[in-house]
Amino acid sequence: MHNTLLNLYAEHEVDLARESGDAVASKRRAAIDRFEALGFPTKHWESWKYTSLKTTLATEYTTVPPFASASQHALEFKDLESYFLDELDAYRVVFVNGVYSSWLSSTTHQGIDVCTLGSSWRKSPEWLAENFAALDELDEPLVLLNRALAREGALVHIPKNTAADKPIQIFYFTTADEPVFAQVRNIVVVESGARVEIVERHQALNGKAHWTNAVTEIRVAPNAHVRYTKLQNDVSTATLTDATFVHQAADSTAVVNTFSFGGKLTRNDLRFHLAGSNAEAHLHGLTLINGDEHVDHRTFVDHAVPHCTSHEVYKGVYDGRSHGVFNGQIMVRPQAQKTLAFQQNDNLLLNDRAQIDTKPQLEIFADDVKCSHGCTVGQLDADALFYLRARGIPETEARALLMLAFANDALAQVELPALERKLHALIHKKLGVSVA
Amino acid sequence: MLSIQNLQAGLADGTSILKGINLEVKPGEVHAIMGPNGSGKSTLSSVVAGREEYEVTGGDVLLDGESLLDCSPEERAHKGIFLSFQYPVEIPGVSVSNFIKTALNAHRAARGEGPLEAALLLKKMREKLELLEMDKSFLSRSLNEGFSGGEKKRNEIFQMAMLEPRLAILDETDSGLDIDALRIVAQGVNALKSPTNAVVVITHYQRLLDYIVPDYVHVLLNGKIVKSGTKDLALELEERGYDWIKKENAGK
Repeated sequence: MHNTLLNLYAEHEVDLARESGDAVASKRRAAIDRFEALGFPTKHWESWKYTSLKTTLATEYTTVPPFASASQHALEFKDLESYFLDELDAYRVVFVNGVYSSWLSSTTHQGIDVCTLGSSWRKSPEWLAENFAALDELDEPLVLLNRALAREGALVHIPKNTAADKPIQIFYFTTADEPVFAQVRNIVVVESGARVEIVERHQALNGKAHWTNAVTEIRVAPNAHVRYTKLQNDVSTATLTDATFVHQAADSTAVVNTFSFGGKLTRNDLRFHLAGSNAEAHLHGLTLINGDEHVDHRTFVDHAVPHCTSHEVYKGVYDGRSHGVFNGQIMVRPQAQKTLAFQQNDNLLLNDRAQIDTKPQLEIFADDVKCSHGCTVGQLDADALFYLRARGIPETEARALLMLAFANDALAQVELPALERKLHALIHKKLGVSVA
Repeated sequence: MLSIQNLQAGLADGTSILKGINLEVKPGEVHAIMGPNGSGKSTLSSVVAGREEYEVTGGDVLLDGESLLDCSPEERAHKGIFLSFQYPVEIPGVSVSNFIKTALNAHRAARGEGPLEAALLLKKMREKLELLEMDKSFLSRSLNEGFSGGEKKRNEIFQMAMLEPRLAILDETDSGLDIDALRIVAQGVNALKSPTNAVVVITHYQRLLDYIVPDYVHVLLNGKIVKSGTKDLALELEERGYDWIKKENAGK
């Protein structure tokens, strides 16, 4: 696999460089060299201690080349409609097997830019030289691989003092007959005083072991507001490795909600860099998994300047032999006085064989700060269960209702009613709840 | 209606709590069970409602001649047993109205009926709220979350009013209530009394029995009913405490 990818890069290096220009080309070159040196992560690495890529790497993939053209798939609008947010007038950028599908999408260049990375290399080389691989500072093989090879994904640019007139939905569907491995990258730039709401969904449409390796870079300028919700509803055979980087300037607000509802393996690296004072970050996560599914959340919030706030709540419900990992790191640098940082990770284990590894990691180098963290691992409360059953609510429904109550505050930062309805429906389905 | 016969029960570790309880409750009756702390009052209500943490080691609990012991808590509820909890559980994210709707429709499903029409459900909820002098904003609040002691107990009686049980067991419903809340709760319970249902009031103090007047009063001591009488017994207990009964039974 490692060699296949190095060869793929070598094969396309010249074309990639011609398209993206020298600045990006040298970033790609450095990235592939580093990827070559590092290899894929193993469980001996501290950052991959609880998550093994072994099964994923043993799969035979068709790697999607950087200049892939639309594949022959018979996807029609009606097949995908159920994944779209109903009744929601929204921009839509849709990719199938890592390739843009113009006929499923609805993009714009009026007032704001909602389009694809692939179509922007020629149109806006300078803008991309500035914004491609500008925030993805993580020295991790999968991020490096993505930096070297990704040339497609969604591009969102909201100019100064503009509120996006509609929410934006980004979809990555995988549906090929054989497992595909795709590199995709979203670039989101929200200029000062601007505002946008984005919903991203990764969805494998068949039971093949597809692998999507995604990177998202979100730049939030002074006084800008971003709300970004991830729905990771891959079927239980697919792998999703995702790294999201948020850079916040002063007085900005950024919310990232991550809903992980499945996947053979899902790995989320979510990194916030609070670089301007009075920035406010919200990280909310909800994981509901079963069977052999595995979801690993690694978050990092870097309080680099004074007077910033971060609020992080991750919840998980694990059934079957599923395995959850939460590693939440908060860094408060010496100069970041008056930091407010809150972190909470609560987990329910529904089965003796389900497993959660949770590790809060606070590194505080400033003395005038307010930081708190907590984590819980437990089962459903027996008193609450008896209470519901004594009112005549059957046990399975009572359990589901309690799980729903447990999961509920992960929805605190979801404001779009259509999205909230969609999430409620997905959560109900996932938990087997029939109550409204 | 309810017949408790030589009921013996305890914890899974073998600790025995109920040591042979006998109690007959007929339709239309109100029974009070009184007793000092640790006498087994709450265990009795939990065992009748089907709490699985307790193990029944002997005897039987019958409702209309049929044993309840093999029934799950929800099946007992469907058969008409209602337990008003001493400490109602807080369930954030589940609204009172949603909870009632789920419970009521589960009862209906058990009887083979479809869900209650939304308009009828709302009408019924409004009526019962009025009975308990509760504001309708109450319906949209998270179940018991942030409720005062009085609100929690009123909510229990509200649920009882909605579910219309045959046998209601009120476990320490008076604890944590001020005099006004006590009056309202009692008023609710009295309004729900009928010749076909029955109420068992479990209480520490006589106070509640001024408002919900029992036909029979039983004293539970060390896992057994040691004395039964009329409401005068409750007054005597209020005056003299439990020591004289303890002494009376010391030799037995």
